[in-house]
Amino acid sequence: MKRLLQIEFIKLWNNRSSKLLIMAYFALLTSIALVAAIKFDIGPIKFHLAEQGIFNFPYIWHFNTFVTAFFKLFLAIVIVSMMSNEYSNKTIKQNLIDGLSKKEFVLSKFLTVISFSFISTVFVFVVSMILGLIYSDYNEVSIIFSDLEFLVAFFVKLIGFFSFCLFLGVLVKRSAFALGFLILWQVFEGFARGMMRWKFFDSETTDAVMGFFPLNSMYNLIKEPFSRLGAVQSVANQIGEKIDLNYHVHWYEILIVLVWTWVFVYLSYALLKKRDL
Amino acid sequence: METILTVSNITKKFGGLTAVKDLSFTIEKGNVYGILGPNGSGKSTTLGIVLNVVNPTNGSFSWFDGTTSTHDALKKVGAIIERPNFYPYMSALQNLKLVCKIKEVSEDKIQDKLELVGLWDRRHSKFRTYSLGMKQRLAIASALLNDPEILILDEPTNGLDPQGIHQIRQIIKKIASEGTTILLASHLLDEVEKVCSHVVILRKGEKLYSGSVDTMMASYGYLELKTEQSQKLISFLTDDPRFGNIEEENGMITVVLNEKMNASELNELLYKNDIVLSHLVLRKESLEEQFLTLTKTRSN
Repeated sequence: MKRLLQIEFIKLWNNRSSKLLIMAYFALLTSIALVAAIKFDIGPIKFHLAEQGIFNFPYIWHFNTFVTAFFKLFLAIVIVSMMSNEYSNKTIKQNLIDGLSKKEFVLSKFLTVISFSFISTVFVFVVSMILGLIYSDYNEVSIIFSDLEFLVAFFVKLIGFFSFCLFLGVLVKRSAFALGFLILWQVFEGFARGMMRWKFFDSETTDAVMGFFPLNSMYNLIKEPFSRLGAVQSVANQIGEKIDLNYHVHWYEILIVLVWTWVFVYLSYALLKKRDL
Repeated sequence: METILTVSNITKKFGGLTAVKDLSFTIEKGNVYGILGPNGSGKSTTLGIVLNVVNPTNGSFSWFDGTTSTHDALKKVGAIIERPNFYPYMSALQNLKLVCKIKEVSEDKIQDKLELVGLWDRRHSKFRTYSLGMKQRLAIASALLNDPEILILDEPTNGLDPQGIHQIRQIIKKIASEGTTILLASHLLDEVEKVCSHVVILRKGEKLYSGSVDTMMASYGYLELKTEQSQKLISFLTDDPRFGNIEEENGMITVVLNEKMNASELNELLYKNDIVLSHLVLRKESLEEQFLTLTKTRSN
């Protein structure tokens, strides 16, 4: 396993654009801390975002995992190209001839995906922890370590998404087209939702069915946190709306994403095995 | 004899096209093999199959004694097929380190092998800055990193300039002289003739011949003769059972030998029979002629 990771590390780290994107990604993960610096101080109006409760434990776990998950697109580019470049450089052929089995090849990519997801999760954990310790109104240990399931969801979400990218890289063999396909798929899921809502089901059934689509199931893992914010809730109360959402991470949502992950990795392997290079 | 590779009844179809048809052969340790055949005769496909990058439609192959899995066996094989494929953004050194990781061998040999192919001075240059000849040489260095039991080369001199071709051939000869088993696919007959001891000849995916080069060229050669007394010579040769097929073209008489005879022996014999020669050459048939006869006779 260590060998497979080392192989992938050599390939990635010696590629300047991959290196740059990886570093940019982790810089962006850290940059969430900059939100704390947003501060308006215009005469009588004083607004400091960090004071609005977004960095309160345990809400911060929810908020930070939701926001930082958007940065995964940067890493998606790296992952799609690390797969499709093997095809365009024909190095996959050379790797196999040199004695890497097809299974090991896919495994080395998947292990990289797991590593990226794991490091990202640790990163988000550390950054959130620091921000929380500085700005949170509640600092009891039991509160700090509650709601950590958002980090698990974040981890699973990244693994699922990157496995999808991996599979697209194998399927399409060209990075630009694979990324295009990813966008196309997103559009397709939106289209499917629209059609279902219009022709077949009511809103709730549509949501339930959409929960089984790959990208939608990944999105469902961490619901949007904004309506949970105290300020937003009080505004809603004033205009007579009651926001009642279920924010929690559900076990079946995690299961769906894990099943998709398995499907993508298995399909990548099956595709590779079937193809002549 | 230790067997390195056994190929049994391999067939590969690409859609309706049969690239390789029921092909079987074995590779023994210590020999230099050539796979010969015109373009599109299934050479590369055959090599692709035994190297685990092309799936055979039918048939099987086994490396060494057949107990190791193909990808583990390939760690003891060095192979270069068609174009050298490396990571363009990595230097020669980085690329070779990666190959070491894949083959699970130590990195000590890198310097040795790069010096062997004359690339040690350019070890830090990125692969994409290399010329085709340098790329091909790097591929050889990479294939030799594990001191392979067998070296597989597919058209190693394709697309190179004469100097590059010469360099590659020198390297191959050097490796062969060290006792490494080599399997060389080529459509260049003189290339195979110069280095190989055994040949497998393919045409349209079918095996026409497999065996040693010597057995294939088992003839005693032929003579080219010229004389003023053509008629006399021809009748003399026809009467002697030691001579085979006789042809005359532009005053040049070509006669095939049925048994071993050297030129001076013949000269003496003819002189005693009052035939004076103005031209006498004993020639061995080249692999090319053998190859052409073989492919021609089978096509009829």
